[in-house]
Amino acid sequence: MLNKRIITTLFTAFSLSLGSYNVLAESMQQQEAEKLGLEISTEAKFRDTGWNDNTSDMLMLLRNKQGQESIREIKTKTLELLNDGDKSLTIFNKPRDVKGTSFLSFSHPVANDDQWLYLPSLKRVKRISSRNKSGPFMGSEFSFEDLSSFEIEKYNYNYLGDETINGLDSYMVEQFPVDENSGYTRRIVWLDKAEYRVQKIDFYDRKNSLLKTLSYNSYKQYLDKFWRADSALMVNHQSGKSTELKWDNYAFKTGLVDSDFNRNTLKRAR
Amino acid sequence: MNKINKNLILAFTLSLASLLPHTTVADEFEVSGRIGFEQRYFTEQGQFDNQLEHNQASVFIEPEFYWGWNQGSDSLTFKPFYRQDSVDDERSHGDIRELSYIHASDNWELRAGIRREFWGVTEFQHLVDVINQTDGVEDTDGEDKLGQVMVNLSLVQDWGIVDIYLLPKFRARPFVGEESRFRGEVLVDNDNISYQSSAEDEHLDVALRWSESLGVFDIGSYWFHGTNRNPILTPYTENGETKLRQYYNQMDQFGIDVQATIDDWLWKYETIYRSTDIEDFWALQAGFEYTYIGVFNSVADLGLLIEYGWDSRGEGDELSQGANVQNDVFFGSRLALNDMQSSEMLIGFGADLEHNAFSFLIEANRRFGESFIVSLDVRLLQSTESFDPLYSFKDDDHLQLGIEYYF
Repeated sequence: MLNKRIITTLFTAFSLSLGSYNVLAESMQQQEAEKLGLEISTEAKFRDTGWNDNTSDMLMLLRNKQGQESIREIKTKTLELLNDGDKSLTIFNKPRDVKGTSFLSFSHPVANDDQWLYLPSLKRVKRISSRNKSGPFMGSEFSFEDLSSFEIEKYNYNYLGDETINGLDSYMVEQFPVDENSGYTRRIVWLDKAEYRVQKIDFYDRKNSLLKTLSYNSYKQYLDKFWRADSALMVNHQSGKSTELKWDNYAFKTGLVDSDFNRNTLKRAR
Repeated sequence: MNKINKNLILAFTLSLASLLPHTTVADEFEVSGRIGFEQRYFTEQGQFDNQLEHNQASVFIEPEFYWGWNQGSDSLTFKPFYRQDSVDDERSHGDIRELSYIHASDNWELRAGIRREFWGVTEFQHLVDVINQTDGVEDTDGEDKLGQVMVNLSLVQDWGIVDIYLLPKFRARPFVGEESRFRGEVLVDNDNISYQSSAEDEHLDVALRWSESLGVFDIGSYWFHGTNRNPILTPYTENGETKLRQYYNQMDQFGIDVQATIDDWLWKYETIYRSTDIEDFWALQAGFEYTYIGVFNSVADLGLLIEYGWDSRGEGDELSQGANVQNDVFFGSRLALNDMQSSEMLIGFGADLEHNAFSFLIEANRRFGESFIVSLDVRLLQSTESFDPLYSFKDDDHLQLGIEYYF
């Protein structure tokens, strides 16, 4: 249905620009592109709604320009909230010196997230500032905002066109972060037309030059509905560093509830 | 391990073992921990007789054993600690940091055994943190604590978390020996300890705490009734030798801690009111931490901290000890490079506003490979007033190198 609408819209836009090449037509074209960008992103979000909760193990492989590697091992538990951002617990296992450290986040679509960090060596729960969206996550090429849940309200949209990526016919959507603390001016996201899975993202820094590219590999479907990639690769074009992510033990609807996400569960999360 | 009441530990191990379901085998068992080496170099000769000249080395081990069952709803953690010091027999010591059983249900948790509990929000002084005794031989910063025997029931309510603590066994503070730096002229006797309570170290202490997150505020408040963790030290002479005996009185303490997290600012406030037979006083520690994200056009974060400490007892004089922190200001700066090796540096400076005393510290650390952390600390102390507690440490400026291996 959406496909059809895009074609008609494009056709309209095309004929308008042919007919009378004026400012009005261009702004209408722009409005249509914004509308389409939003529609595609909304559809992608809609298709990934209803999983209730999930758990997974994540391995991060950090590589620098010289090829030196470092490993991060992380477990995540997420509770889906339909009227607010998700609640999540992130538990660190490697490197060994941060083992037992855990992170509790109540995300909000527009307002600042509420975040707490538990430091096991001090037995201390610390409320931390969530303003640091652009900073690196555990020294990796992923920033905190790259790893936060996708919410429609976080961006403004622009449909750029179609392109084949990973052999799949895909939409190209430009997303402009609403939050002024974002590390990006924009990102370009490729979503395949068949399943609305993110195939690739280009990130542009505050000076609008290409900073990073993230590509997802080997999507698998869970509960006959939700698609998750087995791995992803983030390459930093400016520093030559990269971070590879590998996911394991994906589980959905595991029975997590609200009471699994508080300062008490943070202290004993493993 | 001579400082640990072996019978007590045995009793607790047995009672914890009886809590384990006999038919269930732990479905998760894990061993982790750390081993470390530490070298201190003191730049000046000590002020007092028999203090070590320049070098102090030590090694420590702190393994952690974890058993979990019922999908982690029940767990047992055992974390012993031992340090062997090259010069100070008192600093060569062992402790059970943790030997505790946790049962977690939907809205409550029962935690029993030897545990550590931290309360508070400020960085330069931990006023409200009262449950555990300070491990006085580990370090001078008071951050290291002895394990505390407790039964703690934690209830998660809509209006916050309520914690009830029963603390049946008090632990006296261990003090460094003759060879160590960071001591006064007169040694503290670790064996001459007396109590106000006739139950002595078996007085049943109790605490009740409520904590809650309300929007940008994280608030905690508690009442503690029991043995004061800070000893009163009084000199006595035995066989021609003068030492300090430790006396622990009973106290009631009310405490509040608040942090407001507003954008890049963390506003912190702690206050206590303590009542004993000898004196009533109140004290506060308050300040802020501001973080510059992505400073110097890099991915590094730079935090700035300022805190102020006040105590109604005022400064000490020839007759009374007064309070360590009574009108003091603290400045700090925290630099996190956010690199692969998690390189970090903390610089801190504390000054007394009423007399000439200050302390300065740098703590820097970095990961090497996957499992080693190397740290380098510098501490400088100065005081010109003989009644100031810092005066005894004025010649104890030192560098400290630490290497820790995590497994």
